[in-house]
Amino acid sequence: MTEKKIRVLVAKPGLDGHDRGAKVVARALRDAGMEVIYTGLRQTPEMIAEAALQEDVDVVGLSILSGAHMALAPRILELLKANGQDKVRVFIGGIIPDEDMPRLKEMGIAGIYGPGASTEDIIKDVREAVK
Amino acid sequence: MTQAVLEGNRLALARLLTQVENNSPESRVALTELFPYTGRSHLIGVTGAPGTGKSSLVNQLALYYRKNHDRKVAIIAVDPSSPFTGGAVLGDRVRMRDLSGDSGVFIRSMASRGSLGGISQTTAAIAQVFDAAGYEIIIIETVGAGQSEVDIARLAHTTLVVEAPGLGDDIQAIKAGILEIADVLVINKADHPGVENTERALRTTLELAHPTTRVFRHHGQAMTVAAPVTDSKLWIPPINRTVATEGKGITELAVSIAKHAEHLRQSGDWTARDRARLGSEMEALLQETLMARFFESIRQEKYEEVMEKVLNRDLSPYEAVKSLLNGRETGKEKS
Repeated sequence: MTEKKIRVLVAKPGLDGHDRGAKVVARALRDAGMEVIYTGLRQTPEMIAEAALQEDVDVVGLSILSGAHMALAPRILELLKANGQDKVRVFIGGIIPDEDMPRLKEMGIAGIYGPGASTEDIIKDVREAVK
Repeated sequence: MTQAVLEGNRLALARLLTQVENNSPESRVALTELFPYTGRSHLIGVTGAPGTGKSSLVNQLALYYRKNHDRKVAIIAVDPSSPFTGGAVLGDRVRMRDLSGDSGVFIRSMASRGSLGGISQTTAAIAQVFDAAGYEIIIIETVGAGQSEVDIARLAHTTLVVEAPGLGDDIQAIKAGILEIADVLVINKADHPGVENTERALRTTLELAHPTTRVFRHHGQAMTVAAPVTDSKLWIPPINRTVATEGKGITELAVSIAKHAEHLRQSGDWTARDRARLGSEMEALLQETLMARFFESIRQEKYEEVMEKVLNRDLSPYEAVKSLLNGRETGKEKS
């Protein structure tokens, strides 16, 4: 009962309405014994940062398929930091062009997963990140 | 950490909630420091079957208290943990997006973590933290409950049981359990067909449970016998119809809740409920402490040995416990 659970916020910022991927990942993390807070579609960066704060999560998983990742990701990182949650690790899943990956990693994104990524890898990386 | 929580630091509050949920030693210190500041909030429990619209209703209630009464609102939303992996998907926030961006609202999702009563073991402690942090209204949404997840009634001052049309006939309504704990009954999705039947079934159940005046047929003449005077102190759960997705019936529901709080204060039940809640909390702690003390005092091999005897059917569990405790008691009493 007293063990520390990994808490993950799974959120979909921006305007695309495809949440199948986010739900698959949420469920996989659940099956790996984590507590996943699912917030639903069309979240603003402010809403995501606020939820991450209230829920005191260890990890935020963003699902972005709209192409707006270069605008959304830095804003969310910035807000998390402003709230004092700079230890929270942020992962992105979705459609991310190869050329954007290095810049996202540089900003501090802990992992990026495209179509076909295995949930086992995601689970492993999340566990590593919160160690 | 305690000081920051009392001053309204939301990050400190969030972190303390995690500590409390994990039952860490630091959290026990903090809870002790915060305890003098508790006892001021109105705890509202919201329970009911999965899919009746509890989260949407909580969302609307919180909006109402923010807009009309400017009260600080905390929401504790409990969802089930998987019994196999211990993981959980907590999805109540999906229905509470209207509350985002309001610093007077704090939503915390909790997994039930193996507890079967509809809330988690630490939910009461989490509520205490919010209480001390100055949240005047604390809404606790339980796991989608079946018929016996009634722990919420021990925790909350006012318990809302949410029903929806088409979920069961009048036999469901007279079964013991969840309906008995209702201080306010809510029929959500009241725009769906069958709402009349649901309300009739609930009303019949209530009348069976709380007869106010009794009418007898005596030699063809109707005789009305008023209920004893003490019955005026009795609270009869009102039935409220709501359509949470459209915000209909929320004001009326809030009035029912306020009336119930008033009733609790006037009848002295508010204190009685506080006493019962703190009492069961103390009992649980006592149990835990005594268990821990017992396991400290007993040798592991001795325990295994007795356990083995039980497994071989040489001892019944009753005899086993007796022998374990006897072994310990005699040793302790003499020392």
